[in-house]
Amino acid sequence: MEFLQPATWEEALAMKAAHPEAVPIAGGTDVMVEINLDHRRPETVMDLTPIRELTEWGTDDGVLRIGAGVSYTRLIDELGDRLPGLAIASRTVGSPQIRNRGTVGGNLGTASPAGDAHPPLLAADAEVELASTSGTRRVPVREFFTGPKRHTMRQDELIAAFLVEPAPGPQQFSKVGTRNAMVIAVCSFALALDPARRRVGTGIGSAGPTPLRAVDAEAFIAGELDWDGRRPPSDATLSRFGELVAAAAKPIDDVRGTAAYRRHALAVMSRRCLAWAWATPPHLWGGGARSAPEGL
Amino acid sequence: MRIACTVNGHTRVAENVWAGESLLYVLRERFGLYGSKNACEQGECGSCSVYLDGSLVCACLVLGGQANGREVVTVEGVDAAGVQQAFVDAGAVQCGFCTPGLIVATHDLLRRVPQPSDAQIREALAGNVCRCTGYAKIIEAVNMAAR
Ligand SMILES: Cc1cc2nc3c(=O)[nH]c(=O)nc-3n(C[C@H](O)[C@H](O)[C@H](O)COP(=O)(O)OP(=O)(O)OC[C@H]3O[C@@H](n4cnc5c(N)ncnc54)[C@H](O)[C@@H]3O)c2cc1C
Ligand code: FES
Ligand code: FES
Repeated sequence: MEFLQPATWEEALAMKAAHPEAVPIAGGTDVMVEINLDHRRPETVMDLTPIRELTEWGTDDGVLRIGAGVSYTRLIDELGDRLPGLAIASRTVGSPQIRNRGTVGGNLGTASPAGDAHPPLLAADAEVELASTSGTRRVPVREFFTGPKRHTMRQDELIAAFLVEPAPGPQQFSKVGTRNAMVIAVCSFALALDPARRRVGTGIGSAGPTPLRAVDAEAFIAGELDWDGRRPPSDATLSRFGELVAAAAKPIDDVRGTAAYRRHALAVMSRRCLAWAWATPPHLWGGGARSAPEGL
Repeated sequence: MRIACTVNGHTRVAENVWAGESLLYVLRERFGLYGSKNACEQGECGSCSVYLDGSLVCACLVLGGQANGREVVTVEGVDAAGVQQAFVDAGAVQCGFCTPGLIVATHDLLRRVPQPSDAQIREALAGNVCRCTGYAKIIEAVNMAAR
């Protein structure tokens, strides 16, 4: 095995062009498990942790551009107020040790349907910035995943960053697992409200070959919500929203749960997320860190 | 390949390292620091918890080369006598295999949150598995260390 350690972003892109087979390693929380357990023996690994640009974030024309190498811990601490949905999801990732090391770039790179960053990024209509020596392109997250653990990134490309608007309204996330920590989602759901544009974004995790949006549910609920009066949606409206989310999932039976259970849980989680989001206190409607109320 | 890093304040160099070796392997098998334990090699148990540039990580999930030029503090080097004593006094050590990882993780918690609630303790130690104690004594030990 060969170990490459570029010092700068330019060097990293040049190395990736010269060694398209090189497996990038950031936090290593996916790559190292595969190496340790001998599931994968890459010829070449390329360490991205020395590259400063990947660990930086900033605002560009009102949009957040967050380096692929920013850890979950830093997302929670530094961006929890601007990206509450992603922060709630990040808090459910692994353990402190995993969150200190794991990155959204790595989550996207692995492209597991169960990756917890994916539903909130889908709901917020984020973009992935891919770079190579031949240039940079931005791909909407909703077009990034092409199959289980597959994505649109080319062999000569690296993930530079993801781009997302600071939450224009309440965001929520919910995940089902056997424990409150250290679990791969049985299924998960993210919701983002955009009151100014009267839009609702959704993301479904671990209930299909890729993370999914519930497009019909989004259109239905955006039309039903009382955006001006802020009256709570009726039970019938919440139920219909839940049904449409469940219908958008493409789950299978596997060791973590059955397809039927996943659909049922998605209907419940989506109703709850909507109720939580809609009940967000008015002064937090412009965004603001919130976690799910205790006991729900 | 060659790895040079600071471990517990001293410069350490390992030569002829296979590029696939984890930091945990380098610490144990190259530097003879056996405090960090190897139980799962997949980030699940926390028994290999160390500080890497001041951040609590599983050493088994760090590729050796990634530690190049960085600062590592293991259970042997962490300044946690009070935490260790509390674990002994509370009876939070049975077979002891999980203890080094828990000492480092508890040290990390208490430097961030000096007076943690039980919920904060459970959350902070969620990545450290103990097969013996049932955790009640561990939580007691953390509370004792915090006093
Ligand atoms: C104990 C444990 C618990 C976990 N719990 C969760 C959980 O609750 N939820 C969850 O979603 N995940 C979980 N994971 C999986 C993992 O932590 C996440 O997928 C994490 O986001 C991976 O990030 P990383 O930086 O560690 O990735 P790495 O392991 O470094 O890389 C992962 C993949 O992405 C590629 N990659 C990384 N960075 C880039 C880049 N900049 N450009 C191109 N490719 C890149 C790598 O080549 C590799 O294919 C867990 C893992 C462990 C070990
Ligand atoms: S050996 Fe590293 S977490 Fe178990
Ligand atoms: S004391 Fe035996 S594993 Fe914790």
